[in-house]
Amino acid sequence: MFFFSGENMTGGYGGADIISSCTITVNRGEIVAILGPNGAGKSTAMKAMLGLLNLKSGKVSINGKDISKLTPQDRVKEGISFVPQTRNVFTGLSVKENLEMGAFLREEHIEEIINEIYELFPVLKEKSSQIVGELSGGQRQQVALGRALMTKPTVLMLDEPTAGVSPIVMDELFDHILKVKKTNVAIIMVEQNAKQALSIADRGYVLVTGENKFSGTGKELLNDPEVRRSFLGG
Amino acid sequence: MILKLEDHFWVDNMDIINAIVLLLNYIFVPALSYGSQLALGAIFVSLIYGILRFAYFTAGDLMSFGTMFTILFTWYFQSLGISLGILPTALIAIPFGIVITIFYVLVKDKLVFSYYRFKKSPPVMLAMVSIGTMFVTQAIVRIVIGPFDRRFFDGEKFILKANEFKEMTGLNEGLTIKSTQVITLLVTIVVVSVLFWFLNKTKTGKSMRAYSDNEDLALLSGIDPKKVVMITWVIAAILATIGGTLYGLDKSFKPFTYFNNMLPIFAAAIVGGIGNPFGAFLGGYVIAFSEILITYAYKKFFIYLLPESIEPDSLLQLLSTDYKFAVSFSILVVVLLFRPSGIFKGKVL
Repeated sequence: MFFFSGENMTGGYGGADIISSCTITVNRGEIVAILGPNGAGKSTAMKAMLGLLNLKSGKVSINGKDISKLTPQDRVKEGISFVPQTRNVFTGLSVKENLEMGAFLREEHIEEIINEIYELFPVLKEKSSQIVGELSGGQRQQVALGRALMTKPTVLMLDEPTAGVSPIVMDELFDHILKVKKTNVAIIMVEQNAKQALSIADRGYVLVTGENKFSGTGKELLNDPEVRRSFLGG
Repeated sequence: MILKLEDHFWVDNMDIINAIVLLLNYIFVPALSYGSQLALGAIFVSLIYGILRFAYFTAGDLMSFGTMFTILFTWYFQSLGISLGILPTALIAIPFGIVITIFYVLVKDKLVFSYYRFKKSPPVMLAMVSIGTMFVTQAIVRIVIGPFDRRFFDGEKFILKANEFKEMTGLNEGLTIKSTQVITLLVTIVVVSVLFWFLNKTKTGKSMRAYSDNEDLALLSGIDPKKVVMITWVIAAILATIGGTLYGLDKSFKPFTYFNNMLPIFAAAIVGGIGNPFGAFLGGYVIAFSEILITYAYKKFFIYLLPESIEPDSLLQLLSTDYKFAVSFSILVVVLLFRPSGIFKGKVL
């Protein structure tokens, strides 16, 4: 029994099905990576779990509760938080204001949670009154993570967090994701950088044309010759 | 010989002071109040563009709508014998005008704009719709109060009269300060400070900025779009009524003039960077000062400064005041061509 799961999900954006019988599961304190070639339906699978996509069949549940029929906003209230791939911060607002907006639905303890985020990402405290549009790419990603964590989620979904950042920033970002994992959050991430993602992930799913092709622990997938040949470049 | 030289310098200094007073009187003071009136309009045009994401062409006529109701209430209060003494009665009528204008924009949003928002129509379509509501608003104003020029100012007209100033200083040039100019400036300072405090310090204000910045992320964060849209309209109605009434007090109320004012208002919003309320505020003054600086006749100014032998014969006016809208139009075109994001980096149109 997994904490957060999407089972046998089938659906698309109206036309043909993009994912079919796709299953993704994650437990608290675990990092799960969704990998696969371009157009495999990685982001679609994640959006289906968030509720941005109507499923034809399949079931999404969190902590044993079926949330397949809930809107994305209501799923946020169930403890799911999402960091989009692009435009994931309010560029015209200060760092602190970004965090405050993350906790928009919360009435109390906002300052406490902001301080927790500052402990997790110390650079944000330094730059708290700076406009996010003026920060570097890596710092912006920390703001994006911080904003998503303001709801105190039990599940965090990241859509290609390392897209377009330098290798150094990527390592740094993965360190931050590991820190978030230690706070007992279930993390699902869609990644292009398969090798690096599997090195920090507990488990991974490889999707091909919207279906589960391989799954296993990070090590298993990294060492699987077929996976290596098809997706990791030998 | 030496005495004569000093004497000569003294006269020159007086001339320079006269020339400065002349500019203060005919350019600086009027531009400051006109600029404030434009700024109030430009701020709400910019807010609507940032949050509702379309160019709101009803802006000028919404100002005339709000002013019209303020005038009706002013007349009503005058008929009851209520007045503010030396201050214009319109000041107590403004809140009533605001309430009716808020009601009007909210009904208009419910009946017209919400339908297109729900359909996720492109911004151009919403702009066209706002041209439609512009005609309707114009028609309402003409039916209720008529197209004529009206003055509704009462109370003490001048704070400083030209003659008093001349007597006080012994200068040739007089400086006139109308009470409406001071009222305009004070009210603008108060309204704009409250608005920027609201946008920058309150949770609702921040959520409006967040919504304007990144709509999808705002929705993911649980910000209620209906509330944001409603508050935007309320602010628009408040600013339109206040800005329109101040303009009418300072000059006069004529619906067609308000319609025409839309050009300098849009120019101000775009110069400041559309979607950026603070830029729009400063843009109002940029447009007002350019308009007046370019259409002012500098003959007298140069007569003070230049020796008699090279005094100008012509008016030295760059552009007739009849063409003052050409100034805002030119600024609008130049900004859109060379710096479409405006001085303060708004959105690119």
